[in-house]
Amino acid sequence: MLKIKNLEAGYGKLKVLRRISMHVNPGEIVTLIGANGAGKTTLLHTITGLVKTLAGEISLQGKNINKTAPEKRVAAGCSLVPEGRQVFSTMTVKENLVLGGYVQYKKDKKTAAHEMEKILHIFPVLKERENQLAGTLSGGEQQMLAMGRALMAKPALIMMDEPSTGLAPLIVKDIFRIIGKLREDGNTVLLVEQNAKAALGIADRGYVLETGKIILQGPAEDLLENRDVQRAYLGRDVG
Amino acid sequence: MSSELFLQYLFAGISYGIIYAIVAIGFNIIYNTTGIINFAQGEFVMLGGMIAISLNPHLPLPLAITLAVCATMIIGALIEIIFIRWLDHPSVLRLIIITIGISILIREAALHIWGESVRALPYFVGNEITSISIFGTNISPQVLWVIGICSLIVACLSFFFKFTSLGQEMRACSANRTAATLCGINTRNMVTFSFMLSAGIGALAGCVMSPITYTQYDGGTNLAIKGFTVAILGGLGNSMAAVAAGLLLGIIEAFSVSVLPLAFQDAISISILLIILFVRPHGLFGSKEAAGLKEF
Repeated sequence: MLKIKNLEAGYGKLKVLRRISMHVNPGEIVTLIGANGAGKTTLLHTITGLVKTLAGEISLQGKNINKTAPEKRVAAGCSLVPEGRQVFSTMTVKENLVLGGYVQYKKDKKTAAHEMEKILHIFPVLKERENQLAGTLSGGEQQMLAMGRALMAKPALIMMDEPSTGLAPLIVKDIFRIIGKLREDGNTVLLVEQNAKAALGIADRGYVLETGKIILQGPAEDLLENRDVQRAYLGRDVG
Repeated sequence: MSSELFLQYLFAGISYGIIYAIVAIGFNIIYNTTGIINFAQGEFVMLGGMIAISLNPHLPLPLAITLAVCATMIIGALIEIIFIRWLDHPSVLRLIIITIGISILIREAALHIWGESVRALPYFVGNEITSISIFGTNISPQVLWVIGICSLIVACLSFFFKFTSLGQEMRACSANRTAATLCGINTRNMVTFSFMLSAGIGALAGCVMSPITYTQYDGGTNLAIKGFTVAILGGLGNSMAAVAAGLLLGIIEAFSVSVLPLAFQDAISISILLIILFVRPHGLFGSKEAAGLKEF
């Protein structure tokens, strides 16, 4: 699905990502964990094209997307649920979803309407608030709207940047349950999280990012058992 | 003040006010997609009037105006493509200085093409002395044309932004540019569209007002200041508030003539701008929190 080879990226002279290689297979949830400033968000932004690739290669579904403009990468099949929701706060919930399906409704309005029904079924709370301005929703509802908006594009790969930040524990549980359900429905998810325990609990595989490099990778269960991971990211004191 | 005089002032105020509002909406459309104030907005109004005046001897009036609006839209798009589109993450200050440069450029070009003379389109119906009587007061039909067409522009714009997909994409771009990109919207094209749209409505306003206010190569500057005052007064980025603020400023100006000498008319709008900037920089209808988040 997604293959990254020796990727380097950064802002101006500052190189944030150093020789990153990773892949995501169809139908799996892959999580990327790491401390603040490790480069998790930068990696996602490089995949979506918001940050320029300096070296290396990103390919999606067998196609090299290095040179694809960011707005075209959505049509190529990868959608990002950005950190901090970033919903269109001055527009209604419905308008937000319609815009998410922009890539679809340009071609076929019926598919977009059908897709919207499906998404409102996954997130029933959005259906109740269909005509409300997105800025007036609670944090959890906004997160769901951001996820719904990304799903409207029918992405081959959906990437989520810190979906649990700033949400109450009960809602975090709900969000992770939905992410698990997305996999059951055949979606492929790349999940970036600070909440390493919850992320590894749901994921198939994981990568650990530290100062722009991948220092560990493997099946999620193995990473959960790993002593370094436990000490650094799970807050467990191992003697 | 007799009720007849009162109505005269009121209609004059509304017709000027709605023109200010249109200029302010032009500011707002570009501000919303780019976060900058386009100081060449007044020049779009002047260009619309001037081009229509040049075409008018050869073509019927409605066609001349339509062509003038289209030509100004193309100029607006070209300006964006040539001077702004290719810049990589330009700072707000840099963009604003670019628009000031563009406004000087257009003004000088207009001076070369059309000279210093004051021109005007003919009245759409009748002539200078035609008048119709409303509630016992006599008003030039052109005033009604100005009010009617400008109201139509406002109504069409609200429809455009609310119900068309292009309008929604532009709103998405103004609400959150990064998120719009992530939805697959080409935000650079939206910026070009916003320049085209502001140029178009500015040019149309320039045409309808030309018979009353006349058109001159440097007429845009004054309008830009008034439009800017109105945009700030209403709260930057809020087009409906701009209409209210525009009418307010127009009516205040019109009635001020009965108290102060005419020469002070412009001083009034500048004083209002200064007072607003000191006391309520987020505008009469804007929210303080939203203003605090803005870069400019």
